[in-house]
Amino acid sequence: MQRYKRLPIYCLLPMVLVSAPVFSADGKLIGTAGLTQIEGAGGGGLVPWATLSGYDSEDQISASSAVTVVDVDDYRLNAFGMSASFYDRAEISLSHQRFDLKSLGGTIRQNIVGMKYRLYGDVVYSELPQISIGLQHKQLSDTAVAEALGADDDQGTDIYLAATKVHLGAIGGYNAVWNLTARATKANEMGLLGFGGTQNSDYELQLEASAGILFSRNLAVGVEYRQKPDNLGLGEDDWVDAFVSYIPSKSVSITAATANLGAIAGAPGQSGFYLSLNAQLW
Amino acid sequence: MRLLIVILLFGLTTACVTSSQSLYAELGGEDKVDEVVENFITEIEFDPMMYDYFKDSDIGRFREKFTEHFCMLTGGPCEYTGDTMEQVHTGMEISEANFNHAVDLLISAMNKANIPHRLQNRVLATMAPLRGSIIYI
Repeated sequence: MQRYKRLPIYCLLPMVLVSAPVFSADGKLIGTAGLTQIEGAGGGGLVPWATLSGYDSEDQISASSAVTVVDVDDYRLNAFGMSASFYDRAEISLSHQRFDLKSLGGTIRQNIVGMKYRLYGDVVYSELPQISIGLQHKQLSDTAVAEALGADDDQGTDIYLAATKVHLGAIGGYNAVWNLTARATKANEMGLLGFGGTQNSDYELQLEASAGILFSRNLAVGVEYRQKPDNLGLGEDDWVDAFVSYIPSKSVSITAATANLGAIAGAPGQSGFYLSLNAQLW
Repeated sequence: MRLLIVILLFGLTTACVTSSQSLYAELGGEDKVDEVVENFITEIEFDPMMYDYFKDSDIGRFREKFTEHFCMLTGGPCEYTGDTMEQVHTGMEISEANFNHAVDLLISAMNKANIPHRLQNRVLATMAPLRGSIIYI
């Protein structure tokens, strides 16, 4: 896993330094609404971004939905999300996650309510990045596994600050997008294994990053990194993915990724694919 | 995963390749800029939202001044002699949605003039800073 954990940092840093990544109906340029991340917020795949989930402008409201599957060696996650964004200012999201333990048997379900507020900027047009603050309140429906592993709690709230910027024509004429997110969290494996634990019960600050290039108005390629705490002492690993997004229109996008999720609940080397379908409802 | 990273690094590498030509010249100079501007005017004429803003305008003057502006912004041998963006747009109550719609029409105009994607982005980058002096004023 060490090999995988180093790879993204090596790749991400130059991109962020060169000010690389991109994404947002009439409200924004196609592709700049981004995607819906795995916990329901507007973002990349694994990381919440400063962008809101829709193409709304200051005078508009938009709604979107997403279905995501992440399938790795011993686990499979299905996530269903709905979100609404208001006047390019605030976003509310609901997400239901269903985490299947393929090897051990059993299912862990979790519901997430998210809110995001844009503090500053426009991802494409402002000189500085767009900046948003958000929270994700997570409630486990199936708590047995979290309790057995020694988690403190079956619910928790993450708070994050995200900065996202699109640079027009920045890389050989291609649009580039980058995102940096700082998240305060107690969640174990995003909350699926509870919150806090025997090794640590406090909030910890975790860094997340994304970088991508838009090779056309309809095709984005990028990488993501998400740092994670290890509250349970199970060697919880950081997450990495590399994605390709196809955005045929402002109303739909499909994203495929390879995901390296490291050790999950003691099962090492969990890697596999990520597939997400996003639909803008209005 | 490796393949994607190679693609990304390739993208980075191409960023280092800079051209000594102006963007204006790379686009194809005067003829190409005229074509884009003409396409843009056609897009506006057939667009209900945009046409409203232009129905009382002198299209001949718009063609001349926008062509100059386009040329100057892309590094061409022109001087923009029109009014400032603030003077032109004050009181028009142009919303963010209107602005972005106009950008979509400009992209469409460039597509119809066969301007490559990478040059389109660089054109948009020269115009993006004007947004603040166009909307909500």
